[in-house]
Amino acid sequence: MDIAKELLKGNRLALSKAITAIENEYPEATEIMKEIYPHTGHAYVLGITGPPGAGKSTLTDKITRAYRAQGKTVGIVAVDPTSPFTGGAILGDRIRMNELTLDAGVFIRSMGTRGSLGGLSHKTADAVKAMDAFGKDIVIVETVGVGQSEVDIVKAADTTMVVLIPGMGDDIQAIKAGILEIGDLYCINKSDLDGADKLVREINMMLDLDSFMTDWRPPITKVIASQNEGIEDLIGTVEKHRAYIEGNGELTRRRTKRTRDEMLDILNSGINNFVKGQIVDSGRLDEYVEKIRAHDTDPYTVVGGLMDEMLKK
Amino acid sequence: MEKKIRVLVAKPGLDGHDRGAKVVARALRDAGFEVIYTGLRQTPEQIAEAALQEDVNVVAMSILSGAHGHLFPKVVDLVRGNGMTDTLIIGGGVIPDGDIPALKEAGVAEVFTPGTPTSDVVNFIKENVKL
Repeated sequence: MDIAKELLKGNRLALSKAITAIENEYPEATEIMKEIYPHTGHAYVLGITGPPGAGKSTLTDKITRAYRAQGKTVGIVAVDPTSPFTGGAILGDRIRMNELTLDAGVFIRSMGTRGSLGGLSHKTADAVKAMDAFGKDIVIVETVGVGQSEVDIVKAADTTMVVLIPGMGDDIQAIKAGILEIGDLYCINKSDLDGADKLVREINMMLDLDSFMTDWRPPITKVIASQNEGIEDLIGTVEKHRAYIEGNGELTRRRTKRTRDEMLDILNSGINNFVKGQIVDSGRLDEYVEKIRAHDTDPYTVVGGLMDEMLKK
Repeated sequence: MEKKIRVLVAKPGLDGHDRGAKVVARALRDAGFEVIYTGLRQTPEQIAEAALQEDVNVVAMSILSGAHGHLFPKVVDLVRGNGMTDTLIIGGGVIPDGDIPALKEAGVAEVFTPGTPTSDVVNFIKENVKL
């Protein structure tokens, strides 16, 4: 199967195989990305992040249904943690989205973090591109359950939604740095629980103190995802944010920054692979280490020489 | 380049007992596999579609309702019909020995009954999976 061509024709198995190739870094992945890249840039990317058990998957399910009711197609990339000990993972986000499985307008893919620490996997952005090129109108990226500092989602998404639930700590938590400053939107899920209004006040207080506030003040929406309450309002805030950043050029700035980061990542990994091939795998590293250990030379001289040699190639 | 084994653990049919499926899912996770668990009461259509979207190497079904003779072969047909010809399909649960030959005939590669050590399942997958 010509994966890229079939993907562009709308073959679901090809999309699935493309994401596998991307995720496992198969040699053909680069060719696939080159071929689909011109077809990307149309999907709107919504990031959903928040602590474990906040209801991100349930919300993703309900938000997707609301978009489907508007006739929009949706791709979902759901990330769950990989064990640092065995490399294994239980990817359980689909449990909350079973009703969507047989909807031909929805494609869900689960990914393990595979050693990445920012709440996504290294290949999430490329998986999003595959769904974008496939023709999805909206791509939702659901992060792992995050703590305080896993903020990679802001680099991958056009709009970032932070999902919180009542009862997770006092107001000092709200003035700490990290995930609480990255929201374009805040969603208070399980808002029938005690403390929901207090949480709204605390986030408002945090926003009042934000000295970098633009004229977009992140809205706070209370929902009960399991009962589908408040979802229309929530989608309304997503659309409002989208219109806002499309209108003032911020979307272009965000996407430009993403392209820049991406380009540097690809360049860095190219250099890493080159170094690994030329210096590590060829055995030269061990020779140098031996010389350095014997104090015949030093690492600074060796690396300086290697840099000169590589740049000449 | 890393080829990680991806397994869909699925519960077809109407019984609500997923302890076995969860124990197996955990054992597969500890063996270093990526396990996609979809929860209870899945139709064969849902299982086959989830297998396609997740591009899994293995579909592992658990059933305790007695409907394995109908549901397992249906999943095999749907998965193959989606063009996933290499996917290893295995089953487990309360399944009488006498039913096993027909299930294997229908394309279920192996059937694991109560008392099977989880390591047997892990080893079977490692030996038979096509990556």
